[in-house]
Amino acid sequence: MRYLPHTDADIREMLARVGQPDLGALFESIPAQFRLTRALDVPAAASEYEILAEFEALAAQNEHAGARAWFLGAGVHHHFVPSAVDALISRAEFYTSYTPYQPEISQGTLQAIFEWQTMLCGLTGQEVSNASLYDGASATAEAVLMALRVSKRRKVAVSSALHPHYRGVLETYLAALDFELITLRRGSDGRTLPSAIDRETACVLVQQPNFLGCIEDLRALAHAAHAQGALLVTAVAEAISLALLAAPGDCGADIVCGEAQSFGVPMAFGGPHLGFLTARMAHVRQVPGRLVGETLDADGQRGYVLTLSTREQHIRRERATSNICTNQGLCLMMATIFLALHGKTGMRQLAERNLAKAEYAKARLRAAGLTLPFAAPSFNEFVVQLREPADRALARARAQGIVAGLDLAKFVPELGDALLVCVTETASRASIDRLATVLAGAGA
Amino acid sequence: MTGNATRGFSYEEDLLFERSRPGRCGVELPRNDVPEVDPRALLGALSRDELPGLPELSEVEVVRHFTRLSTWNAAVDLGLYPLGSCTMKYNPKINEKVARLPGFAHAHPFSPASETQGLLALFFELERCLAEISGMDRVTLQPAAGAQGELAGIMMIRAYHAQRGDKRTKVLVPDSAHGTNPASAALNGYEIVSVASGSDGILHPKAVAEAMSDDVAGLMITNPNTLGIFETHLAEICDVVHAKGGLVYGDGANLNALVGVARPGDLGIDVMHFNLHKTFSTPHGGGGPGAGPVGVKASLAAYLPTPVVERAADGTYQWNDALPHSIGRLHGNHGNVGMLVRAHAYIRALGPDGLKRATQLAVLNANYLLARIRGAYHVPYANPVLHECVVTDRMLAGTGVSTLDVAKRLIDHGYHPPTVYFPLIVNGALMIEPTESESKEGLDRFADALLAIAEEAHTDPETVRSAPHHTRRRRLDETRAARKPVLRWQPGGA
Amino acid sequence: MVKTEIPDDLFYTREDEWARLERNRVTIGITDYAQQQLGDIVFVELPEVGRVLDRGEPFGVVESVKAVADLFAPVTGEVVEVNSALADTPDGVNEDCYGDGWLLVVQVNDASELEQMLSPADYAQHVKDRE
Repeated sequence: MRYLPHTDADIREMLARVGQPDLGALFESIPAQFRLTRALDVPAAASEYEILAEFEALAAQNEHAGARAWFLGAGVHHHFVPSAVDALISRAEFYTSYTPYQPEISQGTLQAIFEWQTMLCGLTGQEVSNASLYDGASATAEAVLMALRVSKRRKVAVSSALHPHYRGVLETYLAALDFELITLRRGSDGRTLPSAIDRETACVLVQQPNFLGCIEDLRALAHAAHAQGALLVTAVAEAISLALLAAPGDCGADIVCGEAQSFGVPMAFGGPHLGFLTARMAHVRQVPGRLVGETLDADGQRGYVLTLSTREQHIRRERATSNICTNQGLCLMMATIFLALHGKTGMRQLAERNLAKAEYAKARLRAAGLTLPFAAPSFNEFVVQLREPADRALARARAQGIVAGLDLAKFVPELGDALLVCVTETASRASIDRLATVLAGAGA
Repeated sequence: MTGNATRGFSYEEDLLFERSRPGRCGVELPRNDVPEVDPRALLGALSRDELPGLPELSEVEVVRHFTRLSTWNAAVDLGLYPLGSCTMKYNPKINEKVARLPGFAHAHPFSPASETQGLLALFFELERCLAEISGMDRVTLQPAAGAQGELAGIMMIRAYHAQRGDKRTKVLVPDSAHGTNPASAALNGYEIVSVASGSDGILHPKAVAEAMSDDVAGLMITNPNTLGIFETHLAEICDVVHAKGGLVYGDGANLNALVGVARPGDLGIDVMHFNLHKTFSTPHGGGGPGAGPVGVKASLAAYLPTPVVERAADGTYQWNDALPHSIGRLHGNHGNVGMLVRAHAYIRALGPDGLKRATQLAVLNANYLLARIRGAYHVPYANPVLHECVVTDRMLAGTGVSTLDVAKRLIDHGYHPPTVYFPLIVNGALMIEPTESESKEGLDRFADALLAIAEEAHTDPETVRSAPHHTRRRRLDETRAARKPVLRWQPGGA
Repeated sequence: MVKTEIPDDLFYTREDEWARLERNRVTIGITDYAQQQLGDIVFVELPEVGRVLDRGEPFGVVESVKAVADLFAPVTGEVVEVNSALADTPDGVNEDCYGDGWLLVVQVNDASELEQMLSPADYAQHVKDRE
């Protein structure tokens, strides 16, 4: 087997040194009746050539953003990724290493995490960022658990315009614990109403922009939350928006969490992506996940280490801030490289381009006679009301090579025949024009 | 001169922000073909003007920056990386290639099942393989890492009892367990009861029976345990737990010692997670992403996270999100799919014989290494080990050299240190897992290094205590980092 | 075995805290043995002044880089003073655990609770038992 270096002679010599007659004898601590006496029923071994052919055949059965005009987002976004990102994360020193437990031989990973923490703090308007969580949904659940620890209260007021899968994961995480979820209603403009917040409310959780694409007034929500002594937790599912919208931390958000897949991480059918969490320094000891800090070495040279580890499960065990151990290191590396390449200028241009493309699409859809039900401004995603069942429109678009958006029937049934449409920098004017034509329907 | 670590051609490298110069940019957007929009005019105070914290660099500077940083890391592709319990085996390159195929890498989780049949087929087949390997009946691929798998598993145990109207409040965890076990149970609101391992390093039915009551939801157990020792009494222990209505959670961190040789499901485990980045060779990525699928016996299948993949009578694959007692959703989408693709490619490459062979050679390597260093390092338990071994610094007592010093000195010999000071039940533990990827001569060189350090601890302890000597950074001051945390760069210093 | 200092004029707990009674005020800290076991202390979390502690109640933590020690109230009473200097210089506990590295002062109603604590001799034995 090509991954195994042992020759028969090696095995004989090693067994002799160990004092065992054969490989099977190494397993005598397993009671005989539990030792498997048959071969596993898994497919026979395949050569590299065969594996490639087999996986290419499987991959070919999936629609993907490289071969369609793509307007489907809803928390997983199609953005262009500069070639340098994959080239650099393919360095074996990055992808075949592990958590930087030994800082002297992990400074590359540690410095990159420190750079990520710095950039995320700047983008979110916060003072401390962790070294990633699994995804936006679980990061949101972790942020709420953190807010509950900080506030020592038991009610969580959740915007009804939170991504339904984030809501689902939050419910799963809280199911065993004695907390209460309250839903904040949506106004007719598509934004969350700051009602039903009281002195028992631990935190108000809103998504920015929200699931329906609307940009929330975070300052007003922060004001309403803080007036009752509650924290504002802001979840961000489209991280590119951070380069254009007022930083949540600057608007009063106490914890910012979410999904940074848009920073150079492939959609990959939903993962691996990149959960993040940033907060105020005053709450640093309640932050879940790993943190990297600056220090000096024995010669007085600057270096980086994992720090404040007493928060974590390997030391505090059942009283840790989270059970998380392995996180999304390599995705963090992709995002750090993506942000470094774009920098101040590129990130701003990218965000503005997303806005411009989406605004153009909105204008075209309106011109085609379709309704955009929400008056609140949007970033690169918005709801469009159709004149037919959304699945029918989606099928017609697909037949023309267009993936037109997300059918909201299952998620927000009260909107009727509605689509969530995402327009990123990858959409050409021509493809947006085709989208408007196909969604306007046979009658247009 | 020690070992094969030499001074290479290497660079110091400032932070991105210190390299930044106004006016540089490492990307160019395509020509804009739609009207420009002024964000200020459209969004007013909802928009921002400044982007603090982002640097300004050209593409070449960014590439050099990260290439230089990469050279500061140890990695499996550079050499032996014997982190116990982490299973730093070789990461096959074909796995990277197939995961990047556009039909996987650029697929969207909201694309309908009819348009993603290749992915669903892969899910279905991987689930079947994992179930067969572990002796479980169903598997969810959704958890993003082992710890999230534990969380899911304990949630299913909790839901199972709740469904029976059975309010149980405690979970048993052996004292040798990973910290994630008690942390995951605590996230489910359970009180943790620690069960002491016996003097032979394994758990005994009597100790479990004494802790077991009608109030205990279950036991979490790692097998082989964190000492690398098979839990010989596991089947009996499972009987003890089951007899009182409890369930047994299997931490699959060490499943790589059993694949093709024995199956947790046959031993009585009810629910377990798989660490695809350990057993199934997906790369560790500098700290993830991993993937933590969870297998369950049929009795728990109704509690699985949703959705799960089913094969319809016509041979097509469908999502099913209507499990009656599902604990719900754990991930925003379908889990760390890129890792699932890689793990499946690994299983396809090895096949039934290769998977078993890998297990046997991993165990042979750990036993061979232990045989080579026994005598120079204290072996706290006499029981035979499987895929990893634990030794201690006891024989170095009096030299002033501790486990940490041995670990740091290994770096000078060109090796990543083993896991140190774990499990907690062993003082000064060095937990060594060479994996099946290492050749005999590679193990011999590593053993020679460990023996040389043990010798050096007696002849020149100061050199060991001040190691590493050849790295770009010497020992780092963790106390300073924790006392006055500097967690981001700020212009002009913090 | 490492030498540890155990002053004669203090009361001790099995959790390695000491208490000094002056009128109805009890000053509390951690012992020399505890600070040695923890190593370099990086963080001390103390309760707010005014909080009433029940004997045996956890009220704070002392942390080093890789260990956490919970603090348990050795007596019942109201917190009247905390050593706020430790927020900036937690190493004060390492340097002078029985002096400037004190943690907090509690006002007690029932000073006889201290009699239930360990004597210096009993505590010395407790330290020895764990070596």
